[in-house]
Amino acid sequence: MQFGIMSVSDITRDPVSGYTPSEAERIDAIVKIAKHAEEVGLDVFAIGEHHNPPFFSSSPTTLLAHIAAITERLILTTSTTLITTNDPVRLAEEYAMLQHLSKGRMDLMLGRGNTAPVYPWFGQDIRQGLHLALENYNLLHRLWREDVVDWEGKFRTSLQGFTSTPRPLDDVPPFVWHGSIRTPEIAEQAAYYGNGYFANNIFWPKEHYRRLIDYYRKRFEHYGHGTGKQAIVGLGGQAFIAKSSQEAHAQFRPYFDEAPVYGNGPAMEDFEEMTPLSVGSPQEVIDKTLTFREAFGDYQRQLFLMDHAGLPLKTVLEQLDLLGEHVVPVLRKELEAKRDPEAPANPPSHADLVKAKYGDDEPRQPRPNANRGDNVTGGSPYQDSEAEVSAYPTL
Amino acid sequence: MTDTTEAFRLVVVSAGVSDPSSTRMLADRLTSRVVAAAKERGRETTVTVVDLRELLPELPTALSSQLLGPRFQRAVDALSEADGVIAAAPVYKAGASGLFTSFFQVLDNDLLIGRPVALAATAGTARHALVVDEEMRSLFAYLRALPVPTSLFASTEDWADDALNGRLDRAAHELVLLMESGFARAVRNESWKRYQHTFGSDAGRELGIDTDTDLMRLAAGGSLVDSEDPFDPRTA
Repeated sequence: MQFGIMSVSDITRDPVSGYTPSEAERIDAIVKIAKHAEEVGLDVFAIGEHHNPPFFSSSPTTLLAHIAAITERLILTTSTTLITTNDPVRLAEEYAMLQHLSKGRMDLMLGRGNTAPVYPWFGQDIRQGLHLALENYNLLHRLWREDVVDWEGKFRTSLQGFTSTPRPLDDVPPFVWHGSIRTPEIAEQAAYYGNGYFANNIFWPKEHYRRLIDYYRKRFEHYGHGTGKQAIVGLGGQAFIAKSSQEAHAQFRPYFDEAPVYGNGPAMEDFEEMTPLSVGSPQEVIDKTLTFREAFGDYQRQLFLMDHAGLPLKTVLEQLDLLGEHVVPVLRKELEAKRDPEAPANPPSHADLVKAKYGDDEPRQPRPNANRGDNVTGGSPYQDSEAEVSAYPTL
Repeated sequence: MTDTTEAFRLVVVSAGVSDPSSTRMLADRLTSRVVAAAKERGRETTVTVVDLRELLPELPTALSSQLLGPRFQRAVDALSEADGVIAAAPVYKAGASGLFTSFFQVLDNDLLIGRPVALAATAGTARHALVVDEEMRSLFAYLRALPVPTSLFASTEDWADDALNGRLDRAAHELVLLMESGFARAVRNESWKRYQHTFGSDAGRELGIDTDTDLMRLAAGGSLVDSEDPFDPRTA
């Protein structure tokens, strides 16, 4: 079981001090937060993608590559990467590059994005959001698995003899999660490809997406990737931890009450009652988190939202200390003890995927042929591929 | 399809906020006529009243986060089993009250498809008389519910006018006839799929997943290139 944090990258005024960090301050802070996540023993750091203020994370692979360079074992991922407004060709290239630089310590989670005005900035239309997500992933999937791709779809220019570079690390594509809480088609796509399925587990009553997780498990089995229990499920969640329940409520309340997403709406206690939010002592957070497994079955990754709503850096780092010292070790032990042996303990790592593809053999390391200007006239541009019609005799 | 011996389940939604409330009073008068008219035709009626005033504490959360508190949930459960609905609102500032509209805006889109609904409103002046037909009726049209032809409206002077009783009897009769017809149940059993649905759009009951669609084929590695698609950028 992996534990980590996910950030939305919001730059929010601290309602207690009245201070709004600059973009520069918040970007520095997120690097410290990610580094500290590793220091306190967490496994995963995830960053969102947004293209409008008050968010800073428009370029997740740049940030994650930097974090990869200053950490040792932390897995870098996204929450989420926009599979709708990004060109899948660019995603294939950028995330393969990140995979190389992080030495495989990464994966990514795909999401649609629900802010209508963002779509036209990238030449798209939110009414086609689901179509885009599905078609774009179909292409992304192939770009990481085929050296040369011919492709025709509805949404982007056709590709003739296109090679996405660099090829994935060890020629093993990054592991992909599909994030959704209400769309059966996304669960279907995750299942079809044997990819992971992630429910953000923040807002809705859990019954809504429990059914989708069940559906994903059923379809994962249907498509022959293993049993439903072997499907790879990840969950979000949010917590605020303090020594005592009272202290946690008192500290978090001003941030909850003015949080960008649910502020000025529900009372915090109602929200705790109706959603996965836990505010309390380490034991209370542990107890609530353990209910997730009861609802959704054994799962492989738990991400907490901890750096949002204007919480100052100092508080976020303290939260990570509490999470890493008092909550996660207990959850690891308890969840491992309860886990059905049939269910995987972790999502597949790069090493697992290499092993699955090559066994004990050496992984493929693609070396390009000399430049010939395009890929249209021949087979693979790599030396180890079979020469199909690589050259005609010349005079 | 319709069980002709089972009692009708009537749900009365009243948005009156004073106590006593003339809106609730109008709803009650209609309710007792519906019960009597059903009895004349050999059917019992079980009545559940949803007094929206009691849901007020849960309304901000429901509106801002789509999270339903326990009282909201009970109201939704009652409506999802209803054979007929009476919906009564006070008119404020030339419109049905915010509480009334908010309640129905929070409900899942599919919850009331095909359900017969008698609409009623009260107001301090006859100048609000068209609110029922021009505003409330369109809300229920959006929900694909089936409002009865006779709308009820009572302003101050109507309470002393026998004509109101005549309209109440007429609306009650219409509602009973529509409940008796089993229209809503027949729609659910025979033509439910012809309405637009989304996953979970019927208070947690709309959960069928059809894998025989263009989108599902696309999800499973297929292509839209040869499909008829309303969003096709090349033909739009």
